[in-house]
Amino acid sequence: MSDRLNEGDTLLYLDGVTVTFDGFRALNALSLVLEKGEMRAMVGPNGAGKTTMMDVITGKTRPDTGKVVFNKDVDLTKLDEPSIAALGIGRKFQKPTVFEPLSVWDNLLLALAGDRSPRFSMFARQTPEEKTKIEGILETTRLTDARNRRSADLSHGQKQWLEIGMLLAQEPQLLLVDEPVAGMTDAETEQTAHLLREINKTRSVVVVEHDMAFVRALDVKVTVLHEGSVLSEGSLDFVSDDPKVIEVYLGR
Amino acid sequence: MKLGMSGYIAILCVLGGAILLALLNQLTPASSAVHVPTYVMALVGKYLCFAMLALAVDLVWGFAGILSLGHAAFFALGGYAMGMYLMRQIGTRGVYGNPNLPDFMVFLGWKELPWYWYGFSWFGFAMLMAILVPAILAGVFGWLAFRSRVTGVYLSIITQALTYALLLAFFRNDMGFGGNNGLTDFKDILGFNVQADSTRAALLVISALFLCGAFLVARFVVDSRFGKILIAVRDTESRTRFLGYRPETYKLVVWVLSAVMAGIGGALYVPQVGIINPSEFAPGNSIEAVIWVAVGGRGTLVGAILGALLVNFGKTWFTGAFPEVWLYALGAMFIFVTLFLPRGVMGLFQRRSKREIEEEMPAAAAAHEVTG
Repeated sequence: MSDRLNEGDTLLYLDGVTVTFDGFRALNALSLVLEKGEMRAMVGPNGAGKTTMMDVITGKTRPDTGKVVFNKDVDLTKLDEPSIAALGIGRKFQKPTVFEPLSVWDNLLLALAGDRSPRFSMFARQTPEEKTKIEGILETTRLTDARNRRSADLSHGQKQWLEIGMLLAQEPQLLLVDEPVAGMTDAETEQTAHLLREINKTRSVVVVEHDMAFVRALDVKVTVLHEGSVLSEGSLDFVSDDPKVIEVYLGR
Repeated sequence: MKLGMSGYIAILCVLGGAILLALLNQLTPASSAVHVPTYVMALVGKYLCFAMLALAVDLVWGFAGILSLGHAAFFALGGYAMGMYLMRQIGTRGVYGNPNLPDFMVFLGWKELPWYWYGFSWFGFAMLMAILVPAILAGVFGWLAFRSRVTGVYLSIITQALTYALLLAFFRNDMGFGGNNGLTDFKDILGFNVQADSTRAALLVISALFLCGAFLVARFVVDSRFGKILIAVRDTESRTRFLGYRPETYKLVVWVLSAVMAGIGGALYVPQVGIINPSEFAPGNSIEAVIWVAVGGRGTLVGAILGALLVNFGKTWFTGAFPEVWLYALGAMFIFVTLFLPRGVMGLFQRRSKREIEEEMPAAAAAHEVTG
């Protein structure tokens, strides 16, 4: 592979990030390091701060204190959502959010990396390169037959894949994926795990997921969040045996 | 650019209809059975200007989800720019015969022309202002509102406040726009008598041309990639940000374009009705424009034109036949459309929804590949 990732380099680095909503600490001095090319699974009970962490990384929420550094020297806490997206951080939401009135093809076309200015988009014509890229993504996400369908008419699983496809079209360095298999059938879950592993060959991925079977299928390093900070980190077997994790999950 | 069947029919009807009316007015004697009286021409010309306002509303409401309840403000500002030009053309033919000042300024005892009236003797300058003033107001308003992420009903309320504030401002004599009475008693436009039948006929055809031009521009915008992004912003604004788009700039561009369209509509309106006064800023006018779009079919462009024409013909007939019930009829129509025709009159023609057509497309394409 030509664009082989330089493993061992830090891609994303969170240091002492705290977010408070009306006195509730959603993130409590959270620190996290993600290597280039890594896939990381984030687990944790409801309210552990998983979604807030993604909000902070993508610029939706500003932390009260702490640093979020991308690619060694970019401070993400100073940027807004479009700028962070342009840097190469893509996000898939928990609830699939695709542009429902538009066709599958157009959804991918809008997601393709490129000029985001109104002036460009007003006069843009679809290029052969764009066509090839979209066809490739349709292939990867198994949506080739649905290319001309309105995305509102897709099944739940297909919408999830379309959204992952849109992430791919953005050509991000880092993908943040929030509960990708919620509501999927077992077969779809398995295909999604396969798809994410394929994506991880060229990009770094952070997956938030409740489904332990899915996390096991991913077979990657796991971070357990609890009350806004890291409770435990390591292989799935390691964290499952961690007494702190057992206490949180099984109750006191 | 694909106009679709309804697009071609709309252009044909608007342009063909206007030309036909103008020719029948000009070429047939008044005694003829097919003669079109001048007042009918003026009426239709007025409706075509309203249709431009409706098109402007549909562009922002139907495609960007911005429900403007103040679009008549841009229409009126364009109208005032034209009105100021027409006032300057009166020259010494005013009641007071003052060569430098319009009648109302002489009446108020003003000695000098206010600076903001400079340049309006020139048609080109006045028309530039008919475009620039709405554009700048929309630009400043939109920049502040969209950047602060004001959306939905809050934005609608601010637009309503905007037009109401302008209404109050233009009522004041000190503003220098004729106060309550506005600008009227026009004589010439580009040297032609505004009252003459031939001028009326020309204005009607010009209004039709501009309406078709505005329709083509709107069609181009919504069919472009920009238009698709606009729809994405309309339905899932936050999602577009995470794709790297700045929804506020997209909204601002279409908002300003729409304001310019409304301004041109207003500029064409004034010479045909012969007056512009602050009542054009009345909040009710903007709301009526939204009703035209809803009746015709929001987000269809052709529907906006159709709705404006239908409702206004209805209004003319109704206010003649049963003047006191018009507002009830308008309200009832709006409720009826909202409940039973969510896609407006255009929805009746689009029984085969887009979805059905698109679902057929892959099959059709596959069949084509096999046979071709």
